[in-house]
Amino acid sequence: MTNRILRLIAVLFALALSPLPALAQANDFAVMVQALGQGGFPDREAAMNALVATGDERVPPILQAMSDGTLYLRKSDQRVLFAAKSGSEFKLTDPVDGSDAGTAVSADIEKIKVNNGLRGKIRTAIGTMTLLSPDSASRLSAAQSILKNADPAMLPLLDSALAAETDPKIKSTMDLARAVIVLKSDAVLDDKRAAVDTIAAHGDQAAQTVLVNALAAAPDELKPVIQTGIDAIGRNLQLWQVAQNLLYGVSLSSVLLLAAIGLSITFGVMGIINMAHGEMVMLGAYTTFVVQELIRNFAPGLMDYSLAFAVPAAFLFTALVGIAIERGIIRWLYGRPLETLLATWGLSLALQQVVRTLFGPTNQMVSPPSWMTGAFDVGGLSITWNRLWIVVFAIAVFAILQLVLNRTALGLQMRAVTQNRRMASSMGIRTPFVDAMTFGLGSGVAGMAGVALSQIDNVSPNLGQGYIIDSFMVVVFGGVGNLWGTLIGALMLGVGNKLLEPQFGAVLGKIIILVLIILFIQWRPRGLFALKGRSIEQ
Amino acid sequence: MTVVNRMIAGLGLGVTMTMGAMAVPAIAADTIKVGVLHSLSGTMAISETTLKDTMLFLIDEQNKKGGLLGKQLEAVVVDPASDWPLFAEKARELIAVDGVAAVFGCWTSSSRKSVLPVFKELNSILFYPVQYEGEESEKNVIYTGAAPNQQAIPAVDYLMSEEGGSVKRWVLEATDYVYPRTTNKILEQYLLDKGVAAEDIKINYTPFGFADWQTEVAAIKEFGSAGKKTAVVSTINGDANTPFYKELANQGVSAEDIPVVAFSVGEEELAGLDTTNLVGHLAAWNYFQSVDTPENAAFISEWHKYIKSDTRTTNDPMEAAYLGFNLWVAAVEKAGTTDTDAVLKAIVGLSVPNLTGGTATVLPNHHLTKPVLIGEIQADGQFEIVKQTAEVPGDAWSDVLPEDKGIEADWTDPLTGCGHFDTATQTCGAAPAS
Amino acid sequence: MITQLILRALDKKAIWLVAVLAVIAIGVPVLNLVVPEGNPLHIPNYAVPLFGKYLNYAMLALALDLVWGYCGILSLGHAAFFALGAYAMGMYLMRQIGARGVYANPTLPDFMVFLNYKELPWFWNGFDMWWFAFAMVLIVPGLLAFVFGFLAFRSRVTGVYLSIITQAMTYALLLAFFRNDLGFGGNNGLTDFKDILGVNVQAATTRAALFAASAFALALAVVICSAIVNSKLGKVMVAVRDAESRTRFLGYRVDNVKLFAFVVSAVLAGIAGALYAPQVGIINPSEFEPGNSIEVVIWTAVGGRGTIVGPIIGAIVVNLTKSIFTSGSSYIAAGLVILIFSGIVAVASGWTKGLIVIAASIAIPVLYGLYQLALYGSFKLPALSDVWLYALGGLFIFTTLFLPKGIVGLIAQWRTMTTKREQHDRNAPSPADVEAGVDPQPNPAE
Repeated sequence: MTNRILRLIAVLFALALSPLPALAQANDFAVMVQALGQGGFPDREAAMNALVATGDERVPPILQAMSDGTLYLRKSDQRVLFAAKSGSEFKLTDPVDGSDAGTAVSADIEKIKVNNGLRGKIRTAIGTMTLLSPDSASRLSAAQSILKNADPAMLPLLDSALAAETDPKIKSTMDLARAVIVLKSDAVLDDKRAAVDTIAAHGDQAAQTVLVNALAAAPDELKPVIQTGIDAIGRNLQLWQVAQNLLYGVSLSSVLLLAAIGLSITFGVMGIINMAHGEMVMLGAYTTFVVQELIRNFAPGLMDYSLAFAVPAAFLFTALVGIAIERGIIRWLYGRPLETLLATWGLSLALQQVVRTLFGPTNQMVSPPSWMTGAFDVGGLSITWNRLWIVVFAIAVFAILQLVLNRTALGLQMRAVTQNRRMASSMGIRTPFVDAMTFGLGSGVAGMAGVALSQIDNVSPNLGQGYIIDSFMVVVFGGVGNLWGTLIGALMLGVGNKLLEPQFGAVLGKIIILVLIILFIQWRPRGLFALKGRSIEQ
Repeated sequence: MTVVNRMIAGLGLGVTMTMGAMAVPAIAADTIKVGVLHSLSGTMAISETTLKDTMLFLIDEQNKKGGLLGKQLEAVVVDPASDWPLFAEKARELIAVDGVAAVFGCWTSSSRKSVLPVFKELNSILFYPVQYEGEESEKNVIYTGAAPNQQAIPAVDYLMSEEGGSVKRWVLEATDYVYPRTTNKILEQYLLDKGVAAEDIKINYTPFGFADWQTEVAAIKEFGSAGKKTAVVSTINGDANTPFYKELANQGVSAEDIPVVAFSVGEEELAGLDTTNLVGHLAAWNYFQSVDTPENAAFISEWHKYIKSDTRTTNDPMEAAYLGFNLWVAAVEKAGTTDTDAVLKAIVGLSVPNLTGGTATVLPNHHLTKPVLIGEIQADGQFEIVKQTAEVPGDAWSDVLPEDKGIEADWTDPLTGCGHFDTATQTCGAAPAS
Repeated sequence: MITQLILRALDKKAIWLVAVLAVIAIGVPVLNLVVPEGNPLHIPNYAVPLFGKYLNYAMLALALDLVWGYCGILSLGHAAFFALGAYAMGMYLMRQIGARGVYANPTLPDFMVFLNYKELPWFWNGFDMWWFAFAMVLIVPGLLAFVFGFLAFRSRVTGVYLSIITQAMTYALLLAFFRNDLGFGGNNGLTDFKDILGVNVQAATTRAALFAASAFALALAVVICSAIVNSKLGKVMVAVRDAESRTRFLGYRVDNVKLFAFVVSAVLAGIAGALYAPQVGIINPSEFEPGNSIEVVIWTAVGGRGTIVGPIIGAIVVNLTKSIFTSGSSYIAAGLVILIFSGIVAVASGWTKGLIVIAASIAIPVLYGLYQLALYGSFKLPALSDVWLYALGGLFIFTTLFLPKGIVGLIAQWRTMTTKREQHDRNAPSPADVEAGVDPQPNPAE
């Protein structure tokens, strides 16, 4: 019962929005839908308003489709239809009665265009129409869109929705929206004062914006209250800002750690100046691309789990490539570490060209899985999912690597061989095998880093080049041959960079970091965590 | 010692032989040679390789039509490897060793600046197919990409209009090199002239290949939360775009709230991105693949046939290369020779149809008339055109900047023309090209 | 004893080399200017600055070899000194443009007019005078090397740590010079030069003169380096390279020796850069790219480090290869390069290895063609531009694998073979062996 009344209110409200209420009512729903397909953006907006005015349940999906670009006009009979791409054809459905309207090729139909302005209006319209929806997600987005628009005419609808709302998160958004509207409206002073408090209590960027905007238009007696609110939020935000920068730093550190950790094995532990390390990262990213393409073609349902397949695939593939490189080239160069620089530099040129030949020089698309998109808020912090997962992934890789090196037989042998090759050999360790495995492990880890980097950077033949210098800096800064050094080095460089960036800008910040590294090495010529050894020449 | 001498002599002989083999110009059949000077390796390969393919495609098409002046065209492809001095070296090689009639190439401003003295010295023609910062008009270069007034200013106008969202506050986010510097200088002046307050403009520069955009995107969000409608004008260069857009999508900067309009992001760049969360962000170009004209449909289908892939996109620099090539062909036919001065004289005022249903005319300042198209990114990686202007004449010296007011360029007569003519003092600023 | 023998040989070779360079310095300009076009001996105009560029690169490689091959300091930032010299020269050339720039400003270069500079930045003062600019060519790289070396060697930063901080240095300079705010023209750098010492920089005679200057500068560098390495100081340098601590314990001031070599090397690199700028016609920040410095190391290694002639040959061979393979249609030249290279490998390491090189050179185009066949259904041999990176990469890999002492190392090897000396080359104190040491244990600190 209440629902029906609320809907009536919504309809009345929508009528007020509509420029042509009489016409809208007089016409048939289907005809109104067809009107969406005609004319330019202003005509389309009018047609949309007319549709919204009907308050019909079928309207939100139509508008959503229009916003998403799945609403089409069939050229032959000028009918507006839903179109879903299946293969090379489009499956058409009638938006009015949901009936099947056959199929068409792309030449026969024309997308109904929307621009940003129209998309924003659609969002609001859907918001008003779904504020009372039984689905909590659409109620939340409706409340948010009302908050963004803050139209005083929405107040009655919002009040009734608030009364019926049970979800605390949606309720708080609605409260905020209500406060914003009250502040805008001509409500009594006390109400406004309460509204300012409500907004200030929210304490985030959006709230501050609302108050700043309200300040100019507010009556004089309200101004100090608003100003206090703004200042309070400002102080709050400043604190969060520092935390946020730290967080960005940690996130950058995780990327640096991932890029450098494979190198800290091949370079740090084995002493190979591996200039092809960046290309191993790049191959890992391309493996991700290939895995996603396979999944897209053969098992599209698994798309969200594509990274779960990509990580082992990238590890295996790059590890195999690494082993091949070790057996084919590097093993001839042991004891001539500087020459590995030359050979691996040549190798990196060739590997880039191989990828360019096979995949073309352009960027390849790696889609983020749904659980890695978007952001969430913790207090005043905004954390993006993909950065969070990359941090988690980096920590996991680091931990596993530590386990492998310190708790497995292979790890023991690796350490033995790198510490004293002859002794290890005398003890019956197959040193060539261990060499190959170590290099394979380092390369494989680089490949896994590539999976993570494919989520934030270009998947192109040049991907690796962007990280190789930073990786060497991290490893050397942390101290060659020490995984913990790499971790701490990455953290210090990442966080330092991000703390400097707001003050000095990205370029100067990076220059300062580089100069600091140079000076730091003067102070500690063996990096942060120097390996203790007896030999002076080491 | 004799052995040593023999070794070195042998080496020297080898070097001389290879030099000689290199220097001997291939005595081929009677063809007209066309130089293609695009990086096929290194950082710029990602953008430039497509243009090399486009040139080979266009030359192939022309040869199918019977060539030019009764001769077949022959492409000479070199790889300057994204290395600016190497551009100059390769340009010299193309002109002096291979004897090409014209060169199509370059992408970055640095590469153009690098080859410019070579083209002046050896008096050849460069067709430069990329949008650039303007502030240049040379006898030996035909600029077939957009000047700032054919891209940046119309885009800002659109965003300022009611239709574009009546933007009042601007972030100019850029890579630190000359094209963004110049564009931003022009835009800043333009916005100030339009009454935008200085505190409503924020300019930020980042280095090439910048990959960690967290701080910058957060700063954009903060700047955009001041209550006025905010837009971002991005002149971020190629490589840095993908991480920038990925960060935008992740931090939830939606086009309805803070639209980003880019001048260096086209179909090719979007091909490496999942655009689902970027729908509505804008780009301003003179061509989009989604342009609905018969010429464009034919061009795309021929291109797909040539490249043997129906997923390869087309983009604005490709259209610019197409226009440049067709203009050169038309000019050579008009002049009846491939001689540089004759072609340069013939080319001014020539028109060829473009792919967006209009015509491209070579202006006396060696720029083209081009329509400006504004497109919104769609989920399928294409652009939806939301605005299209009539052809705008390219302006080498921006009228927005006080120091460039009244400066014109006129190469109607290539021998006496001037690239920087001050109409107030009636003098030519630049020394006449030798 | 053996060291002395080799050193004396080097000395002779150096004299020989200087003579060759002098002949080139005079011969090439003559063949270019005097011999008429059409004569088979005529050297075309375009080739002169190209060869000049190779000579500048050779000088840079020689400078690096002085610190790396003789003193054991692997600098991964030597292109920075080269670029600084080039910038100093570029600044002089920019000031020479005067009012002939596009904006016709008598003092400010075009890019400054455009970036709204009202007056010349202070560090541009004086560069309109050639003697000041030429002094800066020596002083700026030298000073940077002095400060950097003073700090690093005093703190006993060695091995890979030193290499990486030199890389950090050039990387920081790269980023700094890319900044337009720095006042060096940002990414576009300095270009459109007009005059040098009052003559047109593009004239054939100027080009020839610059070429001769490059050759003479290289000859001078050969003399300097040769004099240094043959002096007592040079022997200390080699001692530092081979056993730094032992040398220190013997009472030598290792820091000062290294600092001396580093500064001399930086100044030589700066001169090379200064000659490079007017010949290529542009100087921009990409010269600072760490990759460039790594390439210099590679030229040196390909030629043979620890020798005077090695880096020169290496720089010329690698850059010539690069020029050939990036050009449009030099198939014959490319084939010759591959044949010569495999011939060298065959002589040095046996026919099987030479055959491996040839097999690889054939396999790559064939594989490429097969890939095209699978993709498009037509077998198409690749253009040179599609495969030149394989060739360059292959050159580096095969050189390290099959010619561990570079091209020049062959000479020593050949002599060992011909004189039937029983001594295995492992015992000769060349740097490659010293690095290898007796114990083939990988050395992380190297």
